[in-house]
Amino acid sequence: MDHLIGLVGDGYALVAADRKVAHSIIAVKHDEDKILKLDGSKLLGCVGELGDTKNFSEFIQKNMALYALQNGTELSTHAAAHFIRGEISYALRRSPKLCNMVLVGYDKDVGPSLYHTDYLGGMHKMNFGGHGYGSFFAVSLLDRLWKPNMSLDEGIALMKQVFVEINTRFLVGGSTFTLKVVDKDGVRTIDLGDDEMKA
Amino acid sequence: TIVQQSTVVKFAPHSIFYSSTMSILQYNGGAVIAMAGDNCVGICSDLRLGVQAQTVAMDFEKVFPVTEKLYIGLTGLASDVLSVNQLLNFKTKLYKLRENREIKPEAFSAMLSSLLYEKRFGPWFTEPVVAGLGEDGKPFLSGLDLI
Repeated sequence: MDHLIGLVGDGYALVAADRKVAHSIIAVKHDEDKILKLDGSKLLGCVGELGDTKNFSEFIQKNMALYALQNGTELSTHAAAHFIRGEISYALRRSPKLCNMVLVGYDKDVGPSLYHTDYLGGMHKMNFGGHGYGSFFAVSLLDRLWKPNMSLDEGIALMKQVFVEINTRFLVGGSTFTLKVVDKDGVRTIDLGDDEMKA
Repeated sequence: TIVQQSTVVKFAPHSIFYSSTMSILQYNGGAVIAMAGDNCVGICSDLRLGVQAQTVAMDFEKVFPVTEKLYIGLTGLASDVLSVNQLLNFKTKLYKLRENREIKPEAFSAMLSSLLYEKRFGPWFTEPVVAGLGEDGKPFLSGLDLI
C-alpha cells in the first residue's frame, strides 16, 4: 500500500510518498516517483490504482499547461484543487478514477496550502494529511507534533520522524521516500540521506 | 491456526462505523440538525470528515448559505455534499438572474427535491435539511432523503 503524506509550514509545503510499486506480493520497483510537478508552484502526490494514478495526474498536468498557454496565466492552488475535484467527481459515476491525492501549492497572496482529496471526490483544505496505511501512523504523529509556521528544517525533521515511524511499525518495512517541497522559489526535491529512513 | 482475513474486522472490531453491508451514506459520517423557533430558525452540523473509522479533518462544515435567509445542511458522502452544494449555488444564481429576486425557501426545497429525484436510479448520496425564513419572517424547515 502506498504511503502519501503532506504538511504545510512557514512559507512552504512538503509532500512525501514512498517509492515502491507492488503487484500482489511482488515489489516490482523501488524508485518510483509518485509526486508529479503540476507546474512551477504545485505538486500532486497521487496514489491508488496504478494506471489511473499516472494517467489522471498527467491529464491534470497537461490540462493545466493548456490553460496557462491559452490564458497567459497559471492556475492558483485553490483553482487547481477544485479542477481536480471536478474531474474526479465527474468521472465517479461514469469511469471512476481510483486516485487518492494530496495537492500542495504556493501562491503569493495565500502562501502555502494543502488539499486532501480521496478517490470519491471528497476534498478538504488542511494543514497536514495523507493517504494509505502510512497515513495512519503519519497523521497520529502530526496530530501531536505539528504546529503552525514551522521552519523548513523543522518540517523536514518532522517528516523524517514520520518515515522512521512507518518503517518501524508498519507491517511491510523497508520503505524509502521521495520528499518534495514547494515554496516561493518553486518546486524542488529534497535529498534524504539513505540511512535516515530505514528502521 | 486461524488467521483473520477481513481487514474490516481487524481494524474495527466493533464495525460500527462502516462495513460492506452498510450504506455509502455512512462512509464519511456526519449529522445535521435544524430547529424552528419564534420567527427564527437554527441549523447546525458536526465538523467531522472521516474515511470509515479514521478521522481526516475536524473542520468540515456541512451547512452552507443559499441566501441571506436560507441555509442548507447536507449529510452523507462528502463528495456529493460538495457537488450538490455547487449545483445548488449554480441553480440559485441562475434563478436570481432570471427572476430578479431571491428564491423562497419553499421553491428552493422543491428545486432540491427535483434535483435529487432526477438521479432516481443513480442517486446523490446525500440527505439534505433546508432551513430558512419566508417573506414575513415565517420559519421554514424541510428534510429530504437521497431521492
